[in-house]
Amino acid sequence: MTSEALSSRATGAVAATGPSGPKPNKLTLSRVGVYAFLILAALFFLMPLWVMVVTSLKGMPEIRQGHLFNWPSMLTFEPWLKAWDTACTGRDCNGLKPGFWNSVKITALSVPVSIVIAMINGYALSFWRYKGSEFLFGVLVFGAFVPYQVVIYPLIIGLSKVGLFATLPGIVVVHTIFGMPILTLLYRNFFTSLPVELFKAARVDGAGFWGIFFRIMLPMSVPITVVAVILQTTGIWNDFLFGTVFAGRENMPMTVQLNNIVTTTTGIREYNVNMAATILTAAVPLVVYFVSGKWFVRGIAAGAVKG
Amino acid sequence: MTQVAQSGGSAAGLASAVAVKPRMRRRFNYQSVIGTMPMIATAVGVFIICIIFSIIWSFTNSKLFPNFNFIGLDQYVRLWRTDRWIISVQNVFVFGILSIGLGMVVGYLLAVFMDQRIKGEDLFRSIFLYPFAMSLVVTGLVWQWMFDPNLGIQEAVRQLGWTGFEFAPLVKSETALYGVVLGGLWNGVGVTMAIMLAGLRGVDAEIWKAAKIDGIPTWKTYLFIVLPMMRGAIATSFILQCTGVVRVFDIVIAMTQGGPGVSTQMPAIYVIQHITDRVNVGQGMAAATMMLVPVMALIGLQYFLQWRSNRKAGRA
Repeated sequence: MTSEALSSRATGAVAATGPSGPKPNKLTLSRVGVYAFLILAALFFLMPLWVMVVTSLKGMPEIRQGHLFNWPSMLTFEPWLKAWDTACTGRDCNGLKPGFWNSVKITALSVPVSIVIAMINGYALSFWRYKGSEFLFGVLVFGAFVPYQVVIYPLIIGLSKVGLFATLPGIVVVHTIFGMPILTLLYRNFFTSLPVELFKAARVDGAGFWGIFFRIMLPMSVPITVVAVILQTTGIWNDFLFGTVFAGRENMPMTVQLNNIVTTTTGIREYNVNMAATILTAAVPLVVYFVSGKWFVRGIAAGAVKG
Repeated sequence: MTQVAQSGGSAAGLASAVAVKPRMRRRFNYQSVIGTMPMIATAVGVFIICIIFSIIWSFTNSKLFPNFNFIGLDQYVRLWRTDRWIISVQNVFVFGILSIGLGMVVGYLLAVFMDQRIKGEDLFRSIFLYPFAMSLVVTGLVWQWMFDPNLGIQEAVRQLGWTGFEFAPLVKSETALYGVVLGGLWNGVGVTMAIMLAGLRGVDAEIWKAAKIDGIPTWKTYLFIVLPMMRGAIATSFILQCTGVVRVFDIVIAMTQGGPGVSTQMPAIYVIQHITDRVNVGQGMAAATMMLVPVMALIGLQYFLQWRSNRKAGRA
């Protein structure tokens, strides 16, 4: 659809140099207004993070006094330990750590698998088109817009027929499938932007499909692969729907377990433990975000279709 | 060769929107086919065959397991007689219009303010975008906590002395949906801002000079001259938000579980509930097929616009 606009944006967002707006006057009233607006907006965006952190560091008696925004008068790290180690989902009281390790496993497997496949797709679609390859690509792009609910049930049946439903390989397959449209688009646009002479020269030298892929294209695609890794790591870590449906009890990812811990608490709701668990779940993608900085923005722009 | 290219071109359909000029002549290379086997399996097996099966099962009375006892349109008749579904559809429309509308306005506004040669642009950008790095489940749970009627924002403001203050949208069925909209906006509006800002930066500097010479006030230039020039950025963020709206699931589950009552039910939840807890696959598939309709409509619109612009280009 607008993937053309998207891909140009992907590079445009980075290529653009400096603001193009009107030149600012000196410190006038309107300048103060601009900063006031931005700072107020920033406070709104930061507020939930602040609330999460302070709530997770308070004891329950202090929380019951209702000072949502106050810094804890008595700091405690108890909720963090509890969220990680002993918080209960139904009868299991192992905290979030099983979910964390499941998410690590799922992400560590799904990210490389989905990226390698998409890389080959993009490469083939740029240099080795065959009859029908463009049609397949069209179907994939369409797949980027299809509501997941339309394909989930047949996919459950299909995966259980081959014994992969509710298994670790099964959830990896699912993430690979649903990551494929956007990643293939990303790599296809990248490879078609490379000078074609590169490919021709290698052909003249007698290199074949895999030879060119491994010796030339793979080393050249490092920058775009960084974007793809960021996109997939955060996307798969944050996934909830596929984890609920396809992972099964054994491989329940962190997001699903977090939701279970928070929403199915019996007895007293421990808001501090809930918030500590929430921060723990958000921690990995947040670290990825703050470490990767501008690459992350590029990834979003490139992955805009993923939604 | 031209024939092959033509048939390929029309079959590519959507792909042609991703206009990249064909660089290689098509030659059959079995290694290329082997290398793209996963893609072939996904495109055909998942995005074609699975959808066909969903549609087929929507015409059957499948319960726990799928069967092929066709009962015509009964599932659809029942679907549109079910209040829960009708409310879901209404909800997704209200949710969609509000969150896309607000997302566009707020996103553009933030982008315009970010475009004023401000200090610390990177810092502000990081702050506006970081919620998007977090899962919608996290977003939902945080906002649920802040909207807590006894201990949340409402109580904090009341303790400051404004005792009549009311701000706990999730507990009332009339306002719960607005609470979800706010949470979703917090999570995603930074992306709209980033796309819009990139669009603003792409506008020719000459335009600004010309507007200045003509004495047009800055805000008018932004609203009436620059905005219409950013069609690409607007379309991108619009489509991005549309797909998000049709799929909306995680945030509602985390925030309200569809409640209170059915006030925040969504089609996506309806489908999942029918294939899991309610063991009524036929009904779930009918609902899923209905979810495909707006997507098909959008794609059809895209086709139409492309066809029209092609025809215009052909005439010129």
